Parts: sequence; structure tokens; C-alpha cells
Amino acid sequence: MTMKPIILLAIVLGMAPHSLTAQVRFATRNGHIAFFSATPIEDIEAHNRKVTSVWDASSGAIEFAVLIKAFEFEKARMQEHFNENYMDSNKYPKANFKGKLSGVSPEQLKAAGTYPVTVAGDLTIHGVTKAVSVPGTVMVDASGSVKATSEFNVDPEDHDIAIPSVVRKNIAETIKVTVELSLDPM
Amino acid sequence: MNRSYLLLLVLFASPVVAQDDLLDLLGEEETGPTYTSASFKATRVVNGHSLENTAHGVLDFRIGHRFGFLNGGANQFFGLDDATIRLGLDYGITDRLMVGVGRSSYQKTVDGFTKYRVLKQCDDGCTMPITLAVVAGSSINTTRTVDFWPDTSRQYFFTHRMAYSFQLIVGRKFSERLTLQLNPGVVHRNLVASTNDPNDVIHISGAGRMKLSKRVALNAEYFYVLPDQLPEGYRNSFSLGFDIETGGHVFQLHVTNSTGMFEKAFITETVGNWADGDIHFGFNISRVFTLHTPKEPVE
Repeated sequence: MTMKPIILLAIVLGMAPHSLTAQVRFATRNGHIAFFSATPIEDIEAHNRKVTSVWDASSGAIEFAVLIKAFEFEKARMQEHFNENYMDSNKYPKANFKGKLSGVSPEQLKAAGTYPVTVAGDLTIHGVTKAVSVPGTVMVDASGSVKATSEFNVDPEDHDIAIPSVVRKNIAETIKVTVELSLDPM
Repeated sequence: MNRSYLLLLVLFASPVVAQDDLLDLLGEEETGPTYTSASFKATRVVNGHSLENTAHGVLDFRIGHRFGFLNGGANQFFGLDDATIRLGLDYGITDRLMVGVGRSSYQKTVDGFTKYRVLKQCDDGCTMPITLAVVAGSSINTTRTVDFWPDTSRQYFFTHRMAYSFQLIVGRKFSERLTLQLNPGVVHRNLVASTNDPNDVIHISGAGRMKLSKRVALNAEYFYVLPDQLPEGYRNSFSLGFDIETGGHVFQLHVTNSTGMFEKAFITETVGNWADGDIHFGFNISRVFTLHTPKEPVE
């Protein structure tokens, strides 16, 4: 009998740290990453709507995993070449990002607002990791839903993606990448 | 009391577990099955069908060209004086179903075919080890009747001009570099030269490709016609070639002992003998046009 209130107390206190240290985490499995290559000869774009990402707002840690084969192109042959000839998707099935998002605090996320942020960390594409730092925006709307967007450039050359001379003029040296996430609390 | 403190300590400690990998929190990803792609660079190995289909909504314009026999010597410029050509259009109705038509200078033939991919080899998320396709085709010799049927004492039927071909293609991409396929089939000719010739010719054929670099592959195909079906002087078709890929084009450069580029022609009417130098240098050019995009990006 004497143990019971203590156990109850222990359970209550045991649960407390969750809210006290406030691990505010968000995640998505259907983030949208697109890339655009613009040259005078042709414009190429591809969309991936199966991007996985987890953001721990309390520590700022953010991670992405992007399945390369999930990029969809307008032209089937382009998609096949992208996977087979450029990205070696069987060898490197995923692109990853591991880094930190700074510029917004968990408290700010409780109210609606738009916050400019910086995301810095290691971007791995085609098995080659490169340190990057890119600008982005975190938006919280009145209903409390969180959206994150970013736009930055990636050079295929930086990730050892070889572009043969015959198609040199068809593929831009700098590829524009856009990221759009609708994050759900987890 | 000691026990209670211990209990408290344990309970307080538990939530503070370091997360090395945030993505692990999401658990295993549920990705759909991934099917093998790029087993061959084109829908034809050289003359015969590969296990590949044109993708949904893609139109493939194909130019097939065979020069004369290499052993024609300097006077024939080693075959380059002659040309046999087939122009074709293939279209992917779905990712599994494609149709095509072609017109050959060889016997002024118009041919058409339907290819359906029954089974798709799987890379991930499913277990299918092979790709299985069926191809059914027919051809019509459109030579003028006076030339096609000079002996007016015999009755002429339009169906004399027609031949059919059925093939089963079983193949597997064994590695990034190597794909092999077996394609047994039958060619039915409505009209044959003599009563001794069978109307149905059964063949067991095989083809393969070895990728030499990202954009170049070596292809080979052999059509083995079961014995005692073709008259003296007819041979099995054997071809060897390179596929060279540049963006929207695939260039296929090859050497073959077959002159025609549709099934009845190269399976039952190949006369060239490799050993005698009856070899055609030839090429196919494939150019794809995306007419329709099935997966509209949702904005």
C-alpha cells in the first residue's frame, strides 16, 4: 500500500521530461524535391514526391533521404538515362542530407509566421559528399501546419556526375534544386 | 525508499536516449516494387525483338538499313552500292503493350506487330526473376500482282502475300552489363515455294548484350531454325552489333547475314553464309518522341 503513491508519482514524473525538454519533431514521407536544368537547347525537369525528412526543431538537426529512382521526368528515355548513365542509381540508390537548420526556435513555431532559415550540413549525391549551406524558409500558418521550402544550386561536377561532350550543351552546368516540405509533428 | 528513488531515477533517465539517425524514427520506408530497366538499349537486338518495350506514350521512329554483301568486292564497293531499307514506327500504348508498323524495300513488304510484356523482372520489392514478352506479327508482300503472280494459269489469292510470326521472349538482366534472352517462335507462311516446304517454321533463338561502357553495348543474336524445315541454301540468321546511345537516339551498327528486317525474311529467307563473306554491314537508327506523358506532374 505504501508503495502505490510513489509509483504513481514516479510515472507522472517519468512522463514529464517529454514535455519539459520539448523534443519538437516534424517529419514527412512525401516531400517534394524538383530539379531544373535550363540550356538554350532544352529544359529538363524532374520531380520526386516521395522525399523523406525528419526535423528536430529543438536541436535543429534535419535529415533527408531521397530515392533517386523516384524522380519522374516528362520523357521516359530521359528518366532511364538519368538513372543508368548519370546517377548510377543501382549503385547509389539514395541521395542524403544530414545537417542543421538554424533561424527558428521551437517557441516561434507555436505562432503563425514566416522565418528565413539557413540549412547547413553534408549533402551526399552519387556517393559524393559535399558540405553545403543554403537559405530556406519555414512557414507556420494559423492552423499550426509547418511548411519548409528552399531553393539552391547543385553542380553535377561536384558529385562526380560525368556529362559526355555530345550532350554537354543539353545539360546545364548548374542544376537548380527546389525543396518543398509539408511537415507533420511526430 | 531506496527502491523508489531507484525507480524514479530509471524513469527519468529513459527518455533521454540519443538519436543518432533521425530518419530511423520514421521506421522502414514503404517503397513500391522497382522493376528492372535498361536491359537492352533498344526494342530490337539487331533484327529481332529484344525484351524491351517502348515506354507508354513514346513514339519510336526506326530506320533500318543494310548494305550489300561485303564479298561484293571493290566493284560493288564492298556492298555499299546496294541498300535494303525498312522504315518503321513503334508506339507504346501502355508500358506493357506496344505496336509497330514498318515498310521494307525487301519484297516491298508492309509488316505490323504487337508486343506485350507479360512478366517484368523485378529489382526490389518483388521476386520475379525474368521478363516475359510475347510478340505477334504479320507481313504483306505488296509487290504488283503481275510480278508477284506471273503464272496466271494458277489461281491467285491475296492471302498468298501474307505471313505471320509468333515469338515468346524470356530474358533476364543478370547484371548491369549482361542481359540474355531466349526467344523461341514460329513463322507461318501462307504460301511456300514447293509442297515439300512446311508452312510453319519453328525456331529457337537467343540474343544477348554486354554493356561495354555507359553508352556502348555489344549485341549478338542467333536464330536457330530446327532442322529439315528450310530448303537447301537457306541459313540461320546471325548478327553481331554495337548499340551506341546519344540522348534521344540509339545507333545500332552491325554485321549480319540476313537481308530482310522482318521475321519471315530473316528467319526463313536468310541466304548469306558467314564463312563465304555474305555479310551485310548495316545500321538501325532509333529516334524517340514523347507524344504523351502518362505521369502528369501534380503541382
